[in-house]
Amino acid sequence: MNPAAAGAKVVTLKQQPAPVEAHATLRGVTRIFQLPKSTLHALGPIDLDLAKGEFFSVVGPSGCGKSTLLDILAGLSAPQAGTAHFEGKPVNGVPDGVGVVFQEDASFPWLNVRDNVAFGLRRAGVDPAEIQRRVDYAIGFMGLKDFAASFPAQLSGGMRQRVCIARTLVMQPRLILLDEPFGALDQQTRLLMGDELLRLWRETSATVLLITHALDEAAMLSDRVGVMSTRPGTFIDFVETGWERDRDSRVVSTPHFGDITARLWEKLRVEALKIMSAGKS
Amino acid sequence: MSEKWLRLIVVATMILLVELLCRVGVIPRMVMLAPSQMVVELAEILRTGQFSADIRTTFTNIAISTALSIVLGFVAGLIIYSLPALRHALEPLLASYYAVPTFVFYPIFITLFGVGSASIIAIAVLLAVVSMITATLNGLDRIPRVLRKTAQIYRMSRAKTALLVELPATLPYLFTGVKLSVAYSFIGVIASEFILSGAGIGYAIAYAYNLFENGHMYALILLVLVTVTIVNTILNMIDRRLQARRQR
Repeated sequence: MNPAAAGAKVVTLKQQPAPVEAHATLRGVTRIFQLPKSTLHALGPIDLDLAKGEFFSVVGPSGCGKSTLLDILAGLSAPQAGTAHFEGKPVNGVPDGVGVVFQEDASFPWLNVRDNVAFGLRRAGVDPAEIQRRVDYAIGFMGLKDFAASFPAQLSGGMRQRVCIARTLVMQPRLILLDEPFGALDQQTRLLMGDELLRLWRETSATVLLITHALDEAAMLSDRVGVMSTRPGTFIDFVETGWERDRDSRVVSTPHFGDITARLWEKLRVEALKIMSAGKS
Repeated sequence: MSEKWLRLIVVATMILLVELLCRVGVIPRMVMLAPSQMVVELAEILRTGQFSADIRTTFTNIAISTALSIVLGFVAGLIIYSLPALRHALEPLLASYYAVPTFVFYPIFITLFGVGSASIIAIAVLLAVVSMITATLNGLDRIPRVLRKTAQIYRMSRAKTALLVELPATLPYLFTGVKLSVAYSFIGVIASEFILSGAGIGYAIAYAYNLFENGHMYALILLVLVTVTIVNTILNMIDRRLQARRQR
């Protein structure tokens, strides 16, 4: 961490700032689910610009459509209205250069760590020597060198998530989408995994969109945090953290970190209370 | 003491007890042979080759019915899985299938296929195939959604997703179906040979029984038990390895 960051200023914006170079954009994105006897307006309309190389997090109450937003940007789901663009091209299906890490364990239990990490490269027909080079690097980077021959069942939850991150890393994505990747991990592991993620972000210069329910995670990791409303989810606020790029989990002990989480909670509390009061009535 | 050793001791004790009861005459030779004598008789029929044709017939029929059950059960499972309305209609029938004594259909099979291997295989397949259908449905139901999403992220075609993600993910469940298919094929074939055949181990056991040839009868029974134990041990070993990888 750079201690100078401790003096950084929290900037709260009603509107998101105009990005220097939009890497991914959502315009008027709306998602409505057809239920057997009704419809569910899950998301939107949403407008979002992700700057190239930005670490952007989304926080919001449960069921506000955070994961739906990620699915649309990943091309896993199509919106009923609005458009998603990545590198200037409309998102129709999963775009080239996008990597996703899910909350659930997505490692393939029948493959060892090395084969799990190499899976996407083999499907993409990458040269075997290049596969070996990239896999060796990713396994080393994620601290999995001693477990390359192990199967996921022999690893802890945190280690399996490292495998999934390594599998994404080897594809050299330019946009990394993370859907609550540390949700199932304990607090200590989450902080350390956060450090790994920041290291990966710095190393790859990729744009990162992190979906999380943990305010501390969003405050520690992000350049900018978008706060979503209750369903149908829309952005009600954008908070710029002001951290320097060279940061790690030690920022949690700074007063500035407390300021950011307080700001986020201030907005989110209102939305969470709406859900609670709706549940009581 | 491990579970494995305890199980071995229980089985060994029972065999020794039967051996003792046979040797002191509590169990007459006309009723049962001592286990050691069964082993001698088994070695003898294997050496002389007296029942080789029957043994060959039975194991060929078991192999064919197992293979047919696995293939038909897997394909039927895929079809039923892909047609939710059909599945909804069939599920109560599949759930209560094993309440039906399949062997009551043997006259139909004799009419259709005559006395011989075809009828025997048909009964064994009828008995075994549903276990494979159920295992296939179970396996497909349990593929984690996130694995299919991962395949989408890698922009894999439907066929590649099925081959490289869905099939390996269902393999531990499919193998349970394979195990049951083997077991039901053994039961179906050997039991059918008692009533539907002029050849095979089941027929030879019934024939020896009718002629009071206890030596041959117990030798063949022992052969079936030993074979089933070996086959099950191998299948269980493979199953344990597959199940161990399934733990998430």
